[in-house]
Order: sequence, then structure tokens, then C-alpha cells
Amino acid sequence: MESLADRTAHELSGMLAAGEVSAVELTKDALGVIERTNKALNSFLTVSDVQAMSAAKAVDEARARGEKLGPMAGIPVAVKDVLVTKGVTTTAGSRILEGFVPPYDATAVQRLRQAGAIIVGKTNMDEFAMGSSNENSGFGAVHHPWDLSRVPGGSSGGSAAAVAAGQAVAALGTDTGGSIRLPAAFCGLVAIKPTYGRVSRYGLIAFASSLDQVGPMTRDVTDAATLLEAISGHDPADATSLEDPADFTTGLDRGIKGLRVGIVKELFTEGMEPEVAAAVRRGIDQLVSLGAQVEECSLPSFKYALAAYHVIAPAEASSNLARFDGVRYGLRSPDARDVTEMMMRSREEGFGDEVKRRIMVGTYALSAGYYDAYYDKAQRVRTVVIRELEAAYENFDVLVGPTAPCVAFKLGDRVNDPVAMYLADIATIPMSLAGIPAITVPIGLADGLPVGLQIFGPHFSEAQILRAAFALEQSAGFDSRPRRDFAHSAAPQAKPGQP
Amino acid sequence: MATISREEVAHLARLSRLAVTDEEIDMFAGQLDTILQAVARVGEVDVEDVPATSHNVDLVNVLRDDVIDACLDRDLALAGAPDPFSNRFRVPQILAEGE
Repeated sequence: MESLADRTAHELSGMLAAGEVSAVELTKDALGVIERTNKALNSFLTVSDVQAMSAAKAVDEARARGEKLGPMAGIPVAVKDVLVTKGVTTTAGSRILEGFVPPYDATAVQRLRQAGAIIVGKTNMDEFAMGSSNENSGFGAVHHPWDLSRVPGGSSGGSAAAVAAGQAVAALGTDTGGSIRLPAAFCGLVAIKPTYGRVSRYGLIAFASSLDQVGPMTRDVTDAATLLEAISGHDPADATSLEDPADFTTGLDRGIKGLRVGIVKELFTEGMEPEVAAAVRRGIDQLVSLGAQVEECSLPSFKYALAAYHVIAPAEASSNLARFDGVRYGLRSPDARDVTEMMMRSREEGFGDEVKRRIMVGTYALSAGYYDAYYDKAQRVRTVVIRELEAAYENFDVLVGPTAPCVAFKLGDRVNDPVAMYLADIATIPMSLAGIPAITVPIGLADGLPVGLQIFGPHFSEAQILRAAFALEQSAGFDSRPRRDFAHSAAPQAKPGQP
Repeated sequence: MATISREEVAHLARLSRLAVTDEEIDMFAGQLDTILQAVARVGEVDVEDVPATSHNVDLVNVLRDDVIDACLDRDLALAGAPDPFSNRFRVPQILAEGE
């Protein structure tokens, strides 16, 4: 069935301004799709239909009064459940926060509301954003809209599935080591991880504070640029947020003639699926035909980025997740004899296996006997990654490679092998360690499933990588219309996280 | 050789405040061993004279003026607590008799 929410935000924004459609009609359509498809996809943990309808009504009334509205006004948007929403349940995909209702809005959420975007609900995710498949959710796996037997990628898997299935026009995700880019690539979407500090982390439930960043997941580059503009900017509540002019839509179509593009050969890893590599190479050929000067380059430290990340991120997580102790919010195990037993049992009952593994790995890496061999080494490797990138940017304006080494894999394929799961992020992690912006844009199919090409540049080069992505998008001609024809897919499997 | 023993996993779980079961220790011991061996690759890079990076933003001691600002209402802050009592967070006993 046709739905208004299948269109892009910029198209809808024009229709809303011209009075061809109302925010109420559009929101109703999105909510209708959610109602019909959420059972199969499990992409939403909370649907805020009542709040969404009243927000849509308010936007229509403001428009009727002749108020000047921005490009996101009236657009149904989904928000990853790791961003706190005032009065709307927020779980971060964890049983330990089941039923938690935050008393305030994350800054990114607040900015969405100010921009008039309609938040239709909170999307499923890997618990505390730890995972690459969304199978680590405490509330069941999310299914890929193109093939229900496959994963949508993670950790922002619910946000990706929601946009790819037309449950929302756009979504917010968060990216610590690839959690926006990987699911977007798997589901055929555009997504940008901004420069670290571009978007406030206030109200983002912390996983690894030196890496976490909020970003948009959309059906095209124009929408990504528009949504990023809406959420960017300094926030006094986040000391690491930075002020930088956020104009990404002007000049998006200027083209990339003469742009110096470096292909990072280390991102074409040994275990990469050949069809995925071929699709990415075809995308790179298009950059050449668009007038870019393309050359191969080497950043040897990228081979060690995955290892460094899986020391640094768990180390930060082991500290950040200490706050879930059954005292101030969330699950508390009853009948403990003393406070330590209460904390140990609450955490044991509330956390899933991957979260426990990462807390223990992080605790190990930070402990006295191992700090030098693991945490200190990993932080130095991080410096090497940053230095090699800085050197590369003397010769190149942007760098490119695949977003993922594979297409969306089958549910259950990697759940019992944590290291195999980590490998899905091998091409997205170096940019996270360096805090640089990176965008994924769908460039074609491999085995009938979407493949993303990744473009990344120096700090605050969002306008440039968006422009390159826009040019590529125009020439790739990827069909980003939402999929809801689940009939040919395998029947959904049992939901592992459900009791 | 395993990098981590069953006893070490039990110790890590205690440090991490996780009341893991015996079966979990068995499972985690194998998995943590694989993970730690994989991440030990960070030791292969020559970083002798390279400084550590803990953060990507070059900011030190971000201060604001020492003035009273808007903050979370007390009742709202307590609203999600499992066992609020008399405007406080109540927890089970912290010290046993004689401690």
C-alpha cells in the first residue's frame, strides 16, 4: 500500500508547504505502516502515537497561522532508544532500563522538536549500542525489511529498518564504532557520522564517551544534510560539543570535478565478500567519471584499529555502565542482604551477555597488571591512526572505501562468535577513533542486498563529504523506496531476547 | 595458551559487580580469551615514542560561571528510583553488624 511516508523529507517538505498534504495525514500514514509492519520487523520498542499526533496537529496549526517553518517541520522521524525522551520510555535496548521514563529530553531530541519534526517512536537497538546486528537487544532482534531472515545491522538496527520500511521518513542513530553507518549500508540508506563534537551528546546514554556521536539515517543525501543541520551545534550541557557553522545543504549539487579522492586499500580486507568489493569498485569508477582524481593510498595502522577500538570502547563502557547499579533508576533485584549483593544481582539480571563481556574486557584492560599492554597501547595506536589520516589529507580531500566487508548476514550466523561479529565493523572503526566525519551512501547491490560506499574527510569536512556523496548518489541511481513486500522472505524467527 | 583463567574471570566479574553463574564463567572464560587474544594485536604496533590519545577534542577544563542554573526538579530526579524514601534513594544495608 502506498504511504506518504515513503517519500523523502525534502519532497514532503515541499508538499507540506504547498498545502498538498498535512502533517497530521503524513503522521497518520507513518503510524499506520508501523502498526502493520512492526510485528514482523520489531523495529520500534515504543510507539508514541498520541504525542506524535498532537505534535503534527501543532505543526499544521502553526503553518495555518503563517509561521515560518523549517524543512523538518511535520516530518515523521524515529529516534534510537539510546537518546532520552521526556515522558517517553527509554531503555537503550536493555532489560536493566525496562520501563524507565526519563525526566528530560536529549539535546538532539530537543532540537528535532524545535525543528518541528514529529517523533513517532523509539527504535530497537543492540543493548547499550553494543553490537553489529541488533541481535543483542534485550527486547528481541530486528529483522531486515528486504529479507526477514537477515539482520538489519547494528547497533542502530531499529532506526535503519524503520526508514527502509517506511515506518518513518528519517531517523536518528548513534555511532560509536559504526553503529549508524553499518545498518544504513545493510538497509540501503544514507547515514552520516558527524565529526566528534558536532552534535551534543547530552541525553545520549553513554557507551564510550570519547567515540559516541549522534547522526541522521535517511533515504537520500539531501535529507541527511538537512537533518544534520537541525541537530548540530554547541550545547553548554556537553563540554565536548563544538561550535562550527552547520550549513550542509547549500552547494550540495556543486559536483566533484577535481576532488582528490584516496582509496584506502586496507579497507578492502582479506575476508571481504568479493561481490561487495566489486560493487564498491564500481562506485569508485563512478567517482572517476564524475571528474574526481582518484588514486589508491595506504594507511597501515587501519589494520590495528579494530583491536584498539575493542580495548578503548569496553574500557570506557566498563566505567560508564557503573551507573546502572539499581540505586537511582532501572531494575533492582529484590531481597538482597546488602547493597553490594543488590548491585551485583541487579546487573547480572539486567545486562545481556555482550554487555557483560564488554564490561569485563574493559575492566581487564584497565586493571593494574594489564593497563600498559592493553589500554595504554590502544590509545597510542589511536594516535598513529590519527597521524596517518592527517598525512593522507595532505594529498587527498576525501578518502573512500567500503562501509562493510559484507552484506546483511543471516540472523543467528554470528551470535555465538563475538569476534566474528566485531569484524562487521572493521571498515567503520578507524573514523570513530579519529573523530572524523564519515558518510555511507548506497551504490548498488551484491547478492540482491544493498552495499554502501563510505566517504570520509578531515574534522568538520561534512559539507565536502556530503557533496561527494550527493554526486555519487545522482549517478548510482539506487532505488531507496521503502520495502514492505515481506512475502518472499523467510518467516521471522523466535525473538531471542523475549522471555 | 589461554590468556585468562576461570578464576580470573570470576575475579573480573566481582570487580565488575556481576553475580555471574558457574555456567556463565565457563562460557565467558572461552569468549574473553578469544577476545583478549584478538585485541592483543595492539602490541604489534611500534608506538614507543607515540603519545596516547584519550580524546579527539582539544579542550581542557571547560568551566562555566559559578551561578545557580536551572536543574532537575527533586521529585523528577527521584521519579525513576526503585525505592525512594523521604526524598532520598534508599538502598539495602551497607555495613553489617560489627563492620
